[in-house]
Amino acid sequence: MDWNLVGNSLWPIVKGAVIGTIPVALASFVLGLALGLLVALMRLSSVSAVSGLARAYVSVIRGTPLLVQLFVIFYGLPSVGLTISPWPSAIIAFSLNVGGYAAEVIRAAIQSVPKGQWEAAHMIGMSSRLALRRIILPQAARVSVPPLSNTFISLVKDTSLASLILVTELFRQAQEIAAFSQAFMALYLEAAIVYWVVCLFLSGGQSLVERRLDRYVAR
Amino acid sequence: MSHADPTAAPVAGQDTALLTVSGLRKSFGDHEVLRSIDLEVRPGQVLALIGPSGSGKTTVLRSLNGLESPDDGRITVGHDLTVDFSRPVPKRDLGLLRDSSAMVFQHYNLFPHMTVLQNIVEGPIQVQKRSRPEAVAEAERLLARVGLADKRDSYPFELSGGQQQRVGIVRALAMRPRVLLFDEPTSALDPELVGDVLAVIKELSDEGWTMVIVTHELGFAREVADEVVFMDQGVVVERGAPEVVLGEPTQDRTRQFVRRLANRL
Repeated sequence: MDWNLVGNSLWPIVKGAVIGTIPVALASFVLGLALGLLVALMRLSSVSAVSGLARAYVSVIRGTPLLVQLFVIFYGLPSVGLTISPWPSAIIAFSLNVGGYAAEVIRAAIQSVPKGQWEAAHMIGMSSRLALRRIILPQAARVSVPPLSNTFISLVKDTSLASLILVTELFRQAQEIAAFSQAFMALYLEAAIVYWVVCLFLSGGQSLVERRLDRYVAR
Repeated sequence: MSHADPTAAPVAGQDTALLTVSGLRKSFGDHEVLRSIDLEVRPGQVLALIGPSGSGKTTVLRSLNGLESPDDGRITVGHDLTVDFSRPVPKRDLGLLRDSSAMVFQHYNLFPHMTVLQNIVEGPIQVQKRSRPEAVAEAERLLARVGLADKRDSYPFELSGGQQQRVGIVRALAMRPRVLLFDEPTSALDPELVGDVLAVIKELSDEGWTMVIVTHELGFAREVADEVVFMDQGVVVERGAPEVVLGEPTQDRTRQFVRRLANRL
């Protein structure tokens, strides 16, 4: 193994993580979460057209590969006159994807809050909107953290697919150096380790959030 | 069992009902849980609703708080609000109905992610828009009254069932309702914790609070209620003074029910 090459390529790879992988993942997760909440509420709607639309969206997102979604947006849309550059394409595709998965997590979490909580909220005069914000979502959040952390960690790794639409993120940096140096094993292992370290930090963050939200639960 | 005459003008004074229920009906699917219920609660009166499970008593109580919408009938609060369930009920009326009463739930239904104090001031601050210092001061005073001043910063899971239910009562009181509703407030409690909760309810009745209590504690109903209403299969079977309904009931069904509960204890 060419340790010199490994050492010299560490910075470009980490830089790819810092300016590519992490911002794309964060932006997509935040947007996807907002979308997921919206879709979850739509699915819980009593208006069947609204819940049906939400159900269809979740079904399409979960039933098609992320890579195909990414390619439809980046390579497909230009042929109908809509050209989106690589970075926004990646963020749009990942957000839509996270939205589909997060919607199911959030819906299940909202439904896991006992009915009595809604009743107590209405009893003290709250509208459904206020009850959702003050009483239901804070409790649903606690239940959602482990599955949403999974979604986020998957997302961080899945952003490597953006290398296929020319986004210079972590994996694309590694690929370029590998192609140039022909040291595929060294560079791809190095990329794997950087992904792994990023995910270790995320798991640590997950534990912190869980501990914070568990303070009101009997152990 | 007289229907209140809907055309009669309200009479001022103690005799005016604070809460009037007339012709309340409700079905869940094919099952008729309420078949025309009439009730009247005067200011300061304590009404105990008793009856076997499935008799509809909890449904009546929940209707009073707008948690259940009956298919037909009317609920009148004081002079100023009549909710007519034979037509679609305007949201505003349902809100006013909710505001007029506050409920204490069988399973407490405290908000687990909030401290005791936060549970109590949530409604006054978020809904009634009262100032935080005022709401907190009132909550602390009420907590002290039920002997839980030192629990203000605890979370519900850190309290016993009896303590949680007393917080539930304080949460209801803090809303300053005209009527307090209790849905089997001691049914979920361990026997040794029942006394503390009943003592608080007794105190409130002595203070003149208007209350409707769904309960299986016949001894308590006898002690605290001004009137006992026995319901079975969606109808009011018998009503009257506690000594009569619980002591010398005139209806067979009441007699059987009272005897069955007495034997169980």
